[in-house]
Amino acid sequence: MPPSIQALTHKYFRHNKRFPHVWCPGCGNGIVMGALLRAITRLDLEKDEIVLASGIGCSGRMPTYLDFNTLHTTHGRALTFATGIKLANPALNVVAIMGDGDATAIGGNHLIHAARRNLNLTAIIINNSIYGMTGGQYSPTTPFGSTTTTSVYGHIEHAFSISELAVTAGAAFVARSTVYHAALADQLIEQAMIKPGFAVVEIISNCHVQYGRRNKIGNAIDMLTSFKEQAVTVKKAATMEEEELQGKITIGVLADRDLPVSTDEYKRIREQARSKQEGK
Amino acid sequence: MTEAKRKRCLLQGNEAIVQGALAARCRFFAGYPITPASEIAEQLSVRLPAVNGTFIQMEDEIASIGAVIGASLTGVKAMTATSGPGFSLMQENLGFACAAEVPCVIVNVMRGGPSTGLPTSPAQGDVQMARWGTHGDHPIIVLAVSSVLDSFTITVKAFNLAEKYRIPVIVLSDEVVAHTRESVELPLDSEVKVVNRIAPGMPPDWYKPYEADTRGVPPMASFGDGYRHHVTGLVHDQDGFPTQNPQEVEKFHLRLSMKITKGLSDIQLTKKFHMDDAELFVVAYGSVARSAMRAVEDARKAGIKAGLLQLITLFPFPRRTLTPYLQQCHSVLVPELNLGQISREVQRVNQGQCAVVKLNRVDGRLITPQQIYNRLVKLSAGRVS
Amino acid sequence: MSMHRESGLHRNEPQKNDSQRYEIRFSGSGGQGIITLAVIFAEAVGVYSGKHVCQTQSYGPEARGGKSKAEVVISNTPIDYPKALGLDLLLAMNQAACDAYFFDLNNDGILVIDKGLVEQSPTSRVVAIPFTHIAREEIGQEMTANMVALGAVGLLSGQVDLAFLEKALLAGIPAGTEGMNSAAFRRGVEEAKKIHLAALPRSVACEEVV
Repeated sequence: MPPSIQALTHKYFRHNKRFPHVWCPGCGNGIVMGALLRAITRLDLEKDEIVLASGIGCSGRMPTYLDFNTLHTTHGRALTFATGIKLANPALNVVAIMGDGDATAIGGNHLIHAARRNLNLTAIIINNSIYGMTGGQYSPTTPFGSTTTTSVYGHIEHAFSISELAVTAGAAFVARSTVYHAALADQLIEQAMIKPGFAVVEIISNCHVQYGRRNKIGNAIDMLTSFKEQAVTVKKAATMEEEELQGKITIGVLADRDLPVSTDEYKRIREQARSKQEGK
Repeated sequence: MTEAKRKRCLLQGNEAIVQGALAARCRFFAGYPITPASEIAEQLSVRLPAVNGTFIQMEDEIASIGAVIGASLTGVKAMTATSGPGFSLMQENLGFACAAEVPCVIVNVMRGGPSTGLPTSPAQGDVQMARWGTHGDHPIIVLAVSSVLDSFTITVKAFNLAEKYRIPVIVLSDEVVAHTRESVELPLDSEVKVVNRIAPGMPPDWYKPYEADTRGVPPMASFGDGYRHHVTGLVHDQDGFPTQNPQEVEKFHLRLSMKITKGLSDIQLTKKFHMDDAELFVVAYGSVARSAMRAVEDARKAGIKAGLLQLITLFPFPRRTLTPYLQQCHSVLVPELNLGQISREVQRVNQGQCAVVKLNRVDGRLITPQQIYNRLVKLSAGRVS
Repeated sequence: MSMHRESGLHRNEPQKNDSQRYEIRFSGSGGQGIITLAVIFAEAVGVYSGKHVCQTQSYGPEARGGKSKAEVVISNTPIDYPKALGLDLLLAMNQAACDAYFFDLNNDGILVIDKGLVEQSPTSRVVAIPFTHIAREEIGQEMTANMVALGAVGLLSGQVDLAFLEKALLAGIPAGTEGMNSAAFRRGVEEAKKIHLAALPRSVACEEVV
């Protein structure tokens, strides 16, 4: 039987301390946080061995609420701090939580290099297609034509796919879910956390306050309903034509491959360096 | 086992920084290639893994210092090394290390700027950036090296100060010091005094990560050792959580500043030559201090009562060391490879008693002893009673 | 900009080089092994002989193909200014280097040139040895010319025990090239032994002003 919400909050929240949280009612961040906690519970990980690092933005506040080793870094840089933590203490289970602007605009370079480097890290990217905290400006995943506070005449740039970027950059594991598909999200996070190598889970989320409202999609429920309608599984997507996939969200595991993990490879480097020094 | 003996060796300044870092028990380096600092990364990539340490080349400099801060949060002593353009890129995360009080060492081997500037020429143009480069009021320690031996001892000192005060320490070298080879006899690792951060002594439940001791420095837990806590660049309270409470915000700022003020006598390092009876003196740092030393010796031979106050610590600016000499001497000459970055500090602390004279060179060459000597002769002429 | 202006010294200014200091500049073009020479020399003096030594070099694009220079300052006391103030010995392995750096030489300094590569010496107080010719014809490797020069400069400078210099040389070169480099070094010493420094004009400047 899955643990109750009450059991999870008691176990993992920094209760009495940091609540109420900063997120708007209906925000998808809470669903992602719940998915992360369910995954961690199922994996039966000790709180002491988990590091949760975030960048800046609404998602950046998540570590504040959770009773792990938590780190709220600078905008876009969560993966760089996470890299240092993992290399310096490989026994720690390091998860970076980021938003779309955080991970793919200001931190885009770090994301592709973390994927290429293939450290044993988990990156969760909450993609709500907007800069929510700063007031609804367009992000790298804002769809063409959308209205935002910096594209009131309609957005003239093209969005890119975070997951496809991660696949191309060489991540060992890439998966996508939406906040509507919460159960899938925790399964994917669980898989990502046990996967040796760099694992990315993109979770499409709703910012009804900044995005939904301005683009006439509606409230949180309307946005989640739209995710439900847009979602197609990887298996089904494989049978569909490219035109049919327009406007759809492919969910599931997009890449899962076994690559040498640089955290492990570095052990070999240490042995080599040691024997070379001793030989001197 | 035979007893280890000190070995005499020929080292470049950059190599001595590597030796100093290892002697200080630095076990993590993240960096990005840049002239004239690359030798530091190259050598550490070979040597760190042999002592169970870690080297990583990151995708840029802000990533490098991010990784350094991450490593330090796990209890490992960490550093990066760069030059002007990379140092510019690091500034945001440097501020994070100041705010979250994460010990680390940043070496900046200065080259000509601004922008890409003169990659292979010496300069001292990053002095004020080292002090004020990251936004907001913040404490920082900036040290300058002038020789190969300095590069070793000051790097050790930098790590010790970083650990003791939980603060990023910047070591400013320059292209001349970095690439000059000198014969030196370095102390053995066992002879080097190493300071480590204070770990919390209380049980995890009682730990308040930013509750300071009497020195103003909080004990520091490492990620993974049972003291789960929150680290943020937001202004935070004693528990480490974000706060906007004006009283807590003010307390945060004042303590960060106070922990350095309380340690001034420990942090502010200078060297004095012929200062006791000096009638005029030179304030110099880095490679220029060596030209100044020569010029002062020559001036003494010519009967001019000149002295040299060499600054090792540039910031916090050693006002208290300078003040008596600003009262004792009629002039102070400040030679620098910039248009006047430390001279403005000297002017600031001078209360009108002493003439502050600048000597600046920005053509990518080192100031010569002759240039300083000539100015000392001019300054002393007409003043002799 | 010529080097004597760079160091801020003109010949008519008082020489501030005290007797404690001995300054050598090795010069030529990139690829002649100029910096290697200086590092080996500094190693011999600073590590094996235990003197104070500072070794600097021109650093930058000109070190690759263009002019190359490296300096060694030797002293019994700690060295303040790390670069040369007035040269006691200048090794010029080509004409361009000779022309550029000659003016930094003290009046009683020694100019050592590669006889084949420097066609015009600016002074008759000069030691001309065909380093490159010897390396090519006798050692069989033109690239050992710098080691021939090292032997000669080692002897002529009088600053270093030649055994130490050879030891530093052997430590500073790739394994497998010891025989060749040692032979080159010794040939340089041999050539320098034929030179009578006392027989040279006393000043490099004696014929300068007409």
